[in-house]
Amino acid sequence: MIGTFWQEHRLTLSVVAVAAVVALLSVVEVDETEQAVVLRNGAPVSVINKFKPNQDFGQTGAGLYPRIPFFETLVRVDKRIQPIEMDRQLVISSDQQRLEVDAFALYRVIDPVLMVSTAGTMDRLKEQLQPILNSRLRRGLASHTFQTLLTAERGAVLAQIRQQFDREARQYGVQVIDVRIKRADLPEGTALERAFANMESAREQEATAIRADGQKQAQIIEADAEARAAQTYAASFGKDPGFYDFYRAMKSYEATMANPQIKSGTTIVLTPDNDYLRQFRGGGKATPAQGGGKAK
Amino acid sequence: MAAPPLLANHTPEGGDNTPSPEDGASTPPPAAGDGDPAPPRAGEPPRNPWAPEAPPPRRAPGIEEIFRQRRGGNGNKSGNGKDGKDGGKDGAPPPDLSHLLRLPPRHNGKSWWPSIIGGSLALGVMLSSVHALGLHEQGVVTTFGQYSKTLQPGFNWTLPWPFQQVEVRDVTTIKQLSVPNGEAENLMLTSDQSLVNISYVVRWSIRDLKLYSFQLKDPEGTVTEVAEAAMRASIAEVKLNDVMGGAASAEIGAHVQQRMQAVLDAYHAGVLIQGVDLKKADPPSKVNEAFQKVQAAQQDRSRYIQQARGYAQQTIARAEGEAAAFDRVYTQYKAAPEVTRRRMYYETMDRVLSQNDKVILPNGPTTYLPLPELRRRAEAVPDGNALPQPQPQIGGAQ
Repeated sequence: MIGTFWQEHRLTLSVVAVAAVVALLSVVEVDETEQAVVLRNGAPVSVINKFKPNQDFGQTGAGLYPRIPFFETLVRVDKRIQPIEMDRQLVISSDQQRLEVDAFALYRVIDPVLMVSTAGTMDRLKEQLQPILNSRLRRGLASHTFQTLLTAERGAVLAQIRQQFDREARQYGVQVIDVRIKRADLPEGTALERAFANMESAREQEATAIRADGQKQAQIIEADAEARAAQTYAASFGKDPGFYDFYRAMKSYEATMANPQIKSGTTIVLTPDNDYLRQFRGGGKATPAQGGGKAK
Repeated sequence: MAAPPLLANHTPEGGDNTPSPEDGASTPPPAAGDGDPAPPRAGEPPRNPWAPEAPPPRRAPGIEEIFRQRRGGNGNKSGNGKDGKDGGKDGAPPPDLSHLLRLPPRHNGKSWWPSIIGGSLALGVMLSSVHALGLHEQGVVTTFGQYSKTLQPGFNWTLPWPFQQVEVRDVTTIKQLSVPNGEAENLMLTSDQSLVNISYVVRWSIRDLKLYSFQLKDPEGTVTEVAEAAMRASIAEVKLNDVMGGAASAEIGAHVQQRMQAVLDAYHAGVLIQGVDLKKADPPSKVNEAFQKVQAAQQDRSRYIQQARGYAQQTIARAEGEAAAFDRVYTQYKAAPEVTRRRMYYETMDRVLSQNDKVILPNGPTTYLPLPELRRRAEAVPDGNALPQPQPQIGGAQ
């Protein structure tokens, strides 16, 4: 059945098929994510869906477009923001410190015709932008001190680098949106070793300081306690210094001479007129306080 | 005709075929292949009688035969529709395939194929124009490549492919980005030029699917790079001890989040940073030992302080105890000073003198006598004559 249909309408079908192919060839779809340069006989004639700032998606020129088949060709250029990574670079700061830097940039093709005529494809564009970014970064960072590169000021440094990179990238119809340092590390080897050594000595110093602080605090605590003890003693004993003298003497004799643990065999030599022996002699009265005080 | 016996092997296969007139038309070619070779050879020089006769005749008309068969096959198809091939005369497999492809006849005798093709087209259209989106999904609809709308969760209709296309993405689910990916050391420089080993997690989601789909070429990769840049910038602003202390880690996380959001917003990336958490902020393994020394020192410090506190408590307690004891005694003493004083004196003397040797000399200890020494000698030599012996020594000592 199909065969007979084919045989009967061979011509019509062929014409329809050719017409369909031509129709398909004469319509192009341009995606929201791309801009297309229309080349007629190799020369750019127009741009479809060209990037314009502040244009909302859906309002751009994406969609279906007619074209003359075989005479017009399309070069599609990505419209989105493209990331570009810098190779790991050794940067020497103005104070001769070495720093290994990883950076990235974001750019967008804003003039696809210029881009196609200067670089050709997106891949080739990237290849051409890479060395520019590398040299811009190295040169831009080299004029600053190590500390600047580490701290917040590097935002300003990077803005400057972005500007310079942008100026050169414009030759390719490219706008540079941002340049950022991803990593800034000390290079392997002496610089890194030195940093580690510095850290170590700093830690040791910290440890020493911590111990000294501990000792200081301990001393203060002890002295405070002694002061408080002295105050307590004074408050109590100060009520009657005379009696305290006697009382303390008694305690002292006991501690030094009546301590059963100290068996040194002290010999006490007494004279018969000693106050203690007063009654022994059958003698009269004496003040034991004076006698006690002079017992030794 | 020589054909029938030759075809006999194949007829069972094509047995259910109603022999059509075309069959008759198509049979002659193979017959000619077998029967015709003789005449052309008649004009040729005599050939080796031993050589097999079969190959040359088959080869020569072979191509012709194929063409003829083709034409015959086509003829069959066009004539018979579904069961066109009635078993190739050369015994090739095609007839078997036709069995498989054959469908039961339709009532009106027409082919099933148009309905099958139409049905699958309709199904394709259905599938590409109905979209059921989950609760956490959204879809971007493009019409011939141009953005038209964003689909929300639920059932949605669009024009079928190739008019409209839908790309569905998980939007609300929070994605996690771990840096570093794995256990490697991720050293960062701090403001005091020390290194710290940082690992962190960035939680993010898509805030605006439209921007996310069309603005950046590699939004996910860009989030990673922006995270790295922001984290390093934040770490470079603080001192090592603040990073490691842990107290500042929440602050650093908030700072990085803010920074990332600002940068990504500037790119119109359509990404929302939900949070940044520092998982780890450790010293580099190379200097770990030095950091442990600091820890040891901190322990030492607290030990010193503890010990001092213990001593302080002891000292104060003793002072209070002694003062309290004195106060008690003093209260007694005040009640009867003279008696108390004497009593204490004698009690102390009791204990002192009872435990020590005592010597009572009339003139006091004006001369020193090594009395314990004398006594020890006296004990060693019981006869007592040893007593005067030390005298010269004493004199010498004086």
